[in-house]
Amino acid sequence: MTPPILAAENLSMAFGRFLALKNVTVSFDRNTLAAIIGPNGAGKSTFFNAISGAFAPSSGRVIYEGRDITGSPQHAFARMGIAKSFQITNVFPQLTTHENVRVACQMRRARFDILTPRESLGDLSDKADRLLGTVGLAGARKRPAADLAHGQQRGLEIALALACDPKLLLLDEPTAGMSPEETVGMMNLIVRLAAERTVILVEHKMKLVMGICQRVIVLHHGELLADGSPEEVRANTEVRRVYLGQNV
Amino acid sequence: MEAFRPQVDFIARHRVAAVVVFLSLFPLLVPYQALAVNILIFGLYAMGFNILFGYTGMLSFGHAAFLGTGSYGAGIAIVHLGWPWYVAIATGVAAATAVGMVVGFLAIRARGIYFAMVTLALAQCVYYVFFQAETYTGGENGLRGVEVGVIDLFGWRLDFVDPTVKYYVVLAFVAFALWFVSRVLGSPFGAVIETVRENERRAQACGYDVARTKLVAFVISAALCGLAGTLRALHLSIVPIDSLHYLTSGLVVMMCLLGGMGTFFGPFVGAATLLLIEETFTNLTRHWQLITGVVFMACVLFFPRGIWGSILHWIRREGR
Ligand SMILES: Nc1ncnc2c1ncn2[C@@H]1O[C@H](COP(=O)(O)OP(=O)(O)O)[C@@H](O)[C@H]1O
Ligand SMILES: [Mg+2]
Repeated sequence: MTPPILAAENLSMAFGRFLALKNVTVSFDRNTLAAIIGPNGAGKSTFFNAISGAFAPSSGRVIYEGRDITGSPQHAFARMGIAKSFQITNVFPQLTTHENVRVACQMRRARFDILTPRESLGDLSDKADRLLGTVGLAGARKRPAADLAHGQQRGLEIALALACDPKLLLLDEPTAGMSPEETVGMMNLIVRLAAERTVILVEHKMKLVMGICQRVIVLHHGELLADGSPEEVRANTEVRRVYLGQNV
Repeated sequence: MEAFRPQVDFIARHRVAAVVVFLSLFPLLVPYQALAVNILIFGLYAMGFNILFGYTGMLSFGHAAFLGTGSYGAGIAIVHLGWPWYVAIATGVAAATAVGMVVGFLAIRARGIYFAMVTLALAQCVYYVFFQAETYTGGENGLRGVEVGVIDLFGWRLDFVDPTVKYYVVLAFVAFALWFVSRVLGSPFGAVIETVRENERRAQACGYDVARTKLVAFVISAALCGLAGTLRALHLSIVPIDSLHYLTSGLVVMMCLLGGMGTFFGPFVGAATLLLIEETFTNLTRHWQLITGVVFMACVLFFPRGIWGSILHWIRREGR
């Protein structure tokens, strides 16, 4: 059995005296699609931020491919192959859609190169176009990111995350604010992406993920409530209680 | 404008050459040469500042420290050390770069208004040091006697006192700086600094070390402002202490905003506008600064992109 790509060991996060995350231990297998679910305020984003490098956890460790990466700076994560999309759209608003992705693609090749022209890295421009095609934004390449519709910006967000060729893709509520049709498109895209890499998806709408994930992790009040296959989680009485009244 | 699309694109592609040609003819439009030289030098100062302000999105209120250090570095090299003018320029630029590394290192940890305050405070420290080191800097009287009479270029002797010669010698340095800045902005690094301006968190998540990127941009900016300072010392034959004054730091912010932040040619437009207003109205009224203030406010209110920025915006919109 291959070791997990990512493991969280006893992760806790305190904001002042409030514990948003309490001793959470989970590990994620390679090339699977896992979902972290739970009601609003459950600590999903906090967990997501702790494993994606936005901040170091108050205690506990994050192990990636056998290495302890707890507290590594944010920029180190993309270089290690861990990419993320934010719950609140985070793009480069004044740059064109294409330039958004092109500059993200450039990261491994040229960070402090001040004297060669950008055009000499022409293959990166092609790669950016390919990624825009993947997320269905090929037609919007010349438009400033600020001019895109909300759903398109969510797509751009994914393309930006894919630019560093991640082995592990972390998505925080990628469908937030999307229409039902857009949501279906996004879920299909995520399934396609998960065929080639590990994807961890944060979502508060349980229904969306049940059909597509191999693994579901439920957080509640900062604690791990359940962890297993969608069937196991669906059968879990604790989970049923938390999601009371909803069709699990 | 649609009809001129190819011409506009051509100029945009050859922006360095276009600006140099314009600046070569510029003295014909200006009342006298010393003013033209001043505009060149302040245009360069504003261009250096613009890398940080317009492209990286960091508002410094302490850039006089680099202009002044460049001036004093070159001045001291000539007056006290008797070094040739070109070594003096290199010395001034090196000194400004070194000060830029220290100030930048200390300031980039802060953001927004705090960053502006830290740069202002550190620039005041630099002012104080040069003010106190009277033996070398002349203190409040400034450093006098930065005389460069004849420039010897491989046996080709240029009379630096002749205003026209002086203008074109300074222009040669400005042309080099324009080329350099154009290369930097067009480079992969130039793309990265724009992502820092647009969204630091996303730049970091994309794998860019934002702190180091900011520091490099800061140092490049300081070096260019230092070059402007060295040229100013040679131009004035004196280094006035107000080179380091916070008003000089504020002036470059105004020039950049007035001309158009984040545009290639805007800093020169801003420098020319402010210096021409000053030149025209100082002779007419003691209250010329009021006029500068009114023009500046009108610009901020009605043309927030600045003069050149608005022109570019109009050309681009018409072109669609
Ligand atoms: N930066 C913060 N400071 C203080 N409290 C926070 C912070 N971030 C999150 N919280 C709190 O932690 C809890 C979990 O938040 P979050 O992880 O965003 O939940 P979820 O993403 O599951 O909706 C919430 O009660 C929230 O108010
Ligand atoms: Mg959340």
